Amino acid sequence: MKKSALFQFAERKYPYRKLKNVLILSTLYLSAMLAVTFLGAVFAYVVMRGVPGLSLSFLTELPKPVGEEGGGMANALLGSLELVFLASSLGIVWGVMVGVYLSEFGREKMASSVRFATELLNSVPSIVIGVFVYVILVKPLKTFSTLAGAVALGVLMVPTIARTTEEILKMMPVHFREAGLALGIPRWKVILKVVVRGSIPGITTGVILAVARVAGETAPLLFTALNNRFWQFGLFEPIASLPVQIYTYAISPFEEWHTQAWAGALILVLFVFAINLCTRVLLAKRSQ
Amino acid sequence: MVDHNSELVLETKGLKAYFGDNLAVRGVDFKVHSNSVTAIIGPSGCGKSTFIRCLNRLHEEVPGARAEGSVRLKDQDIYAKDMDPVMVRRQIGMVFQKANPFPGMTIFENVVAGLKLAGIRKKSFLEETAERSLTHAALWDEVKNKLHQPATSLSGGQQQRLCIARTLAIDPPVLLMDEPTSALDPISTSKIEELILQIKKHVTIVIVTHNMQQAARVSDYTAFFLLGELVEFDETSKMFTVPKDKRTEQYVTGKFG
Ligand SMILES: Nc1ncnc2c1ncn2[C@@H]1O[C@H](COP(=O)(O)OP(=O)(O)O)[C@@H](O)[C@H]1O
Ligand SMILES: [Mg+2]
Repeated sequence: MKKSALFQFAERKYPYRKLKNVLILSTLYLSAMLAVTFLGAVFAYVVMRGVPGLSLSFLTELPKPVGEEGGGMANALLGSLELVFLASSLGIVWGVMVGVYLSEFGREKMASSVRFATELLNSVPSIVIGVFVYVILVKPLKTFSTLAGAVALGVLMVPTIARTTEEILKMMPVHFREAGLALGIPRWKVILKVVVRGSIPGITTGVILAVARVAGETAPLLFTALNNRFWQFGLFEPIASLPVQIYTYAISPFEEWHTQAWAGALILVLFVFAINLCTRVLLAKRSQ
Repeated sequence: MVDHNSELVLETKGLKAYFGDNLAVRGVDFKVHSNSVTAIIGPSGCGKSTFIRCLNRLHEEVPGARAEGSVRLKDQDIYAKDMDPVMVRRQIGMVFQKANPFPGMTIFENVVAGLKLAGIRKKSFLEETAERSLTHAALWDEVKNKLHQPATSLSGGQQQRLCIARTLAIDPPVLLMDEPTSALDPISTSKIEELILQIKKHVTIVIVTHNMQQAARVSDYTAFFLLGELVEFDETSKMFTVPKDKRTEQYVTGKFG
């Protein structure tokens, strides 16, 4: 059989093509490996530096004044939990409502502006949100507070939760909605009690990702919740949090505090990993 | 079997349905007698679904869709200006082609969803209604020991009967069914046909079906639709033996469709 011109051309180029193929594939492979290695290295380093500082007293005691041995971050741990809990309460309700609005009224002009706004909000640096909350809450109330910290973190959660909610609600087939309407259920109740309720597993994923994101935020808390060396969990007082405590200790000149900062960082990283793991498990369960 | 003196439950006059500018139902006059089963047959795309979705005002929920003409339920005009579609749908229930139990709800929660979301809280009432509706839907014996399991754990045929129970729970005098068995196996299908013959004592039924034998088995009246028009409407026994219209005859004898 006679070989076509194209075939002959391709045949001549074959060794070159093969080489190019190998080169590109190995570059891609190396990039991927590098990313994994980087994460592994960060984690290994945090573990290495963090473990020496971990102890029962680290988890149960208040920080000690400079010069005194021991002490812990117990108040910052609980403080972070409180901040994240309050922020989530605000962020979930608000974010889900925005998401419902976007999915229900998504075709309207107004809705596309809202969608664009949430995307912009997502890209506003968190420190700017912190400064803004400082202006609207800290200054008028004349004190740094848990409330201000929770509002700052809550606002940061809204875009992620809103977009996930919108996507998940849109995936809900129209026949569930019609079944609800056909039962004589008013539209808003169908949306809330059938569509949103049936989408809770999916919305949860977005919520968890948003929680993981804000749990480690430091900058917005510096202007809002500030820090506290005592057991203090009132809404209108400054409150300690893990990221701010880590920051404070890390920039201090004391070796002892550096060790504690690493231990705090380790706990924070483990917390965020655990949250991401939960998301995976939830997603896997849902796709079964 | 057919009672000519029974009262009219539903009556449409000049009913038209649009999707945007596209006329899908082209002026249909149609009557439904109380406690009868009326089958709607016709080739796919002829407007059967669109037509019955006008009867409970579900058609208008499709973006850009609207209906014209009149539909009377007993002495009410369901398209009257001051008529609330929610109230229409509480009197005219609907079962769809695809079983659609609500996700994230148990079997029990599904059955009573219509009542609970209408604000009824009384537990004993909800439980009684659930049992009665599931019994009417011929599902009670199969699910009475697992009422609090997810509805999605049921088989397709059971899910469809669950959807029928969910609709019966709101106790509508009229039940619309849009090809309720077309996605089911023969055994599930015959269970649903049996329950239709049972519940027609309490409910007036309009059923869309592409299955001529099914229409013959369950219905008292049959309507034949073609290209958005009602070609012929008569007692089922007559439609299948002595149809008046040539096109009906061709369709029921399987010449096209
Ligand atoms: N959502 C829709 N949007 C636009 N046109 C539609 C829609 N649903 C149905 N139609 C059109 O309306 C006509 C009737 O459809 P349908 O009532 O579903 O027929 P049937 O139930 O008899 O198969 C068809 O021509 C179909 O293309
Ligand atoms: Mg149809």
